[in-house]
Amino acid sequence: MEQFAFYLFSVLTIGLFLVTVLSNNVLYAMTSLAAGMVIISGFFFILGADFLGVVQLIVYVGAVMALYSFGMMFFDATREIKEKNTNAYLVFFLGGMIALLLVVMFSVLIMGEGIVAMYPTPEGANNPQAVGLVLFTKYLVPFEVAAVMLLVAMIAGIILAGKKMDDSLTTKDENHEEEMTFSLKDVR
Amino acid sequence: MIGLSHYLVVSGILFSIGVVGVLRRKNLLMLFFATEIMLNAANIAFAAVSSYYGDLSGQMFAFFIIAVAASEVAVGLGLLIVLYKKQGTLDLDNLAAMKG
Repeated sequence: MEQFAFYLFSVLTIGLFLVTVLSNNVLYAMTSLAAGMVIISGFFFILGADFLGVVQLIVYVGAVMALYSFGMMFFDATREIKEKNTNAYLVFFLGGMIALLLVVMFSVLIMGEGIVAMYPTPEGANNPQAVGLVLFTKYLVPFEVAAVMLLVAMIAGIILAGKKMDDSLTTKDENHEEEMTFSLKDVR
Repeated sequence: MIGLSHYLVVSGILFSIGVVGVLRRKNLLMLFFATEIMLNAANIAFAAVSSYYGDLSGQMFAFFIIAVAASEVAVGLGLLIVLYKKQGTLDLDNLAAMKG
């Protein structure tokens, strides 16, 4: 059963992400990316990381995809994307070389001997309890730093895509200067 | 039986798909999608190693990766909107207009 689920999920994710990368339509790419995220949470459930799977569903499929579809309202989503690709062979060569590098990096983990768990899973606790125990003791400082980082990102998002879309804080500088000089002339 | 290497191979394949997307695409929104794919591939590898070695650190790092990805999307999408308002397109080659 686990094998069947694993192979089904891996084929589906690889296919969906290939659609994301190769498609020329933004809408197809975004929907296939969202479906791939859902199936990746299935990987986490197989691996026994229940809490991580739920967080993946909520954050990625809920928040990130909603943000992307919100951003899609500003761009023309139905238009086909025209791209001029200069050298496709070079791209595939570079991708292959990076994949080879990845194989070497991962084979260190597979071949590696004597890897001992630093923070072993606590006995008699289910996954969310164990995650809470480790997250709020050993990883408390990174957790707080991540909270501050999310706050900074939220403020930056509000400022960049603010409520007054016509003159955002970052693009209105030129008009503003003109108004200033104009008012100075008026005074004189 | 599914071993650790199976998960790592799937993660490597997904990461290579993301890398090909980053190298091949010229549209900035598509580059963001490819970045998300790469982050998710890393998450799968972390969760698999965490599960097979009985160590919860991998899941912790996966959580922090998700937090980083969420803030990256929030800031990056704001920047994309500003860029689209300025230039009317999301093509990467237009950014070369910045050079002196």
